Amino acid sequence: MPAVVANNIVKKYGKKKDVVEALHGISFEAEQGELFGIIGPDGAGKTSLFRILTTLLLPDGGSATVDGLDIVKDFKEIRNRVGYMPGRFSLYQDLTVAENMEFFATIFNTTIEENYDLVKDIYSQIEPFKDRRAGKLSGGMKQKLALSCALIHRPSVLFLDEPTTGVDSVSRKEFWEMLRNLKKQGITILVSTPYMDEASLCDRVALVQNGKLLSVNTPAGVRTAFGKPLLAVRATNMLALLNHLKQSGAIADAYPFGEYHHAVMRGSYDVEQLRHYLLQLGHEHVDIQAIEPDIEDCFMDLMKN
Amino acid sequence: MNEQIAIKADQLTKRFGDFTAVDGISFEVRKGEIFGFLGANGAGKTTAMRMLCGLSIPTGGTATVAGYDVYKQTEQIKRSIGYMSQKFSLYEDLTVKENIRFYAGIYGKSDAFIKEKTAFLLQELHMESEANKLVRSLPLGWKQKLAFSVAIFHEPGIVFLDEPTGGVDPVTRREFWNMIYNAAAKGITIFVTTHYMDEAEYCNRVSIMVDGRIDALDTPAQLKKTLQASSMDEVFLKLARKAKRNAD
Repeated sequence: MPAVVANNIVKKYGKKKDVVEALHGISFEAEQGELFGIIGPDGAGKTSLFRILTTLLLPDGGSATVDGLDIVKDFKEIRNRVGYMPGRFSLYQDLTVAENMEFFATIFNTTIEENYDLVKDIYSQIEPFKDRRAGKLSGGMKQKLALSCALIHRPSVLFLDEPTTGVDSVSRKEFWEMLRNLKKQGITILVSTPYMDEASLCDRVALVQNGKLLSVNTPAGVRTAFGKPLLAVRATNMLALLNHLKQSGAIADAYPFGEYHHAVMRGSYDVEQLRHYLLQLGHEHVDIQAIEPDIEDCFMDLMKN
Repeated sequence: MNEQIAIKADQLTKRFGDFTAVDGISFEVRKGEIFGFLGANGAGKTTAMRMLCGLSIPTGGTATVAGYDVYKQTEQIKRSIGYMSQKFSLYEDLTVKENIRFYAGIYGKSDAFIKEKTAFLLQELHMESEANKLVRSLPLGWKQKLAFSVAIFHEPGIVFLDEPTGGVDPVTRREFWNMIYNAAAKGITIFVTTHYMDEAEYCNRVSIMVDGRIDALDTPAQLKKTLQASSMDEVFLKLARKAKRNAD
């Protein structure tokens, strides 16, 4: 039995004249013990989807189960079984670290001691500050506390809504290491993120844009499905290079990608011919490499088509 | 003062009690430069930016922004710069046109100037048919592009961008950087923070703050060479991992 099944979920906001369709029929399954990523920019519908699956919001269409339970009919039981970390820090700012933990443990009829082994790796990092009020913690420490509180009742499915948004790349890497360790304990984790580079850290990903799924696959599968040759091109004058790449008939699409520009080629191509074309236009230090697509290349390709 | 220098900081410091948030940073940003201001959460970026925007008085050191002193001429600084952040940009319950009018009015621009430039701007953004729609109803990518245009509407010499592309889709993120390049080409100095390391590559020079100090400042190519790193992501990791301060 999959841990999460979403079947054609629709969500609309607003009234008659001013309706915004946030989710246009989302369907996917997340297996038990899977680290499943929902990858997409702000406004893609990630939060609506998470709130529906955690029974905090009713869908306008479709159905879903979590841990085999129906999100509408069995909402009370689902709430006992899932952990949810919203995107915005939602713990009690004027309770201490320890008080927040005890509060959430008590609500779920358990104790910190009973499930300490599950949260130990994360909670031990903030335990030295257990008498500090949550509102006085640094951002990184708040995040660890929120994750500990979401885990204290040993949920079978953990929903993390944009846990790394606005977080620097060092802290993001540390957070993903924590998730990897949690996965080893058998918990199913659904995590949403706007950072494309985090997709490769998931077992499978759903790419979402404007309330629609663009793709559900393993990160490797998403890359394979790209199906077009891709080049990384660099030269001294990057701005002019981009314009010239866009003008080339051999190139379907070109865009900046860090220190290189990426060029999506139309079918067969000849690197030497492209090099010649660029050198003729006066480019210097032309560097061309055939590369495998990144998830971000795939996302843009899916968005544009 | 040198006309080619947009921002100059010398041993700029901010202490809160016995905590030194910004610990004597010194750097210069040239006119028309795209300057990436990077650092881990809690490294002191926001505090430093607030001082440069004239919103917070330093406790030590000196700095000038657009030639104005950050201690005594904060009002002149505010008039000479533009500012945009992901968190605060436009008023959601005003229309596109009303937002432009509001911001331009704050900077004391004439009705004639506003009218003419608004028409031009809406055309440039392909947003003529959205002019009377509430900003709330626009997709995030459009909002961010509009917010940037509004931040430079009064034609400031310097614009401060605080994580302008956070959460924006990859196509719009690139369109946004295209706008940054166009603004820089017109001579506007760009001071930008980001958590996307590929965007660090798009800056002319990048500084990296660690524990209140600037630990590295150079072109992306030179930083990679000096730190023997293959990407800016690796440069950032090598420097930021040394941090002793608790991340915020």
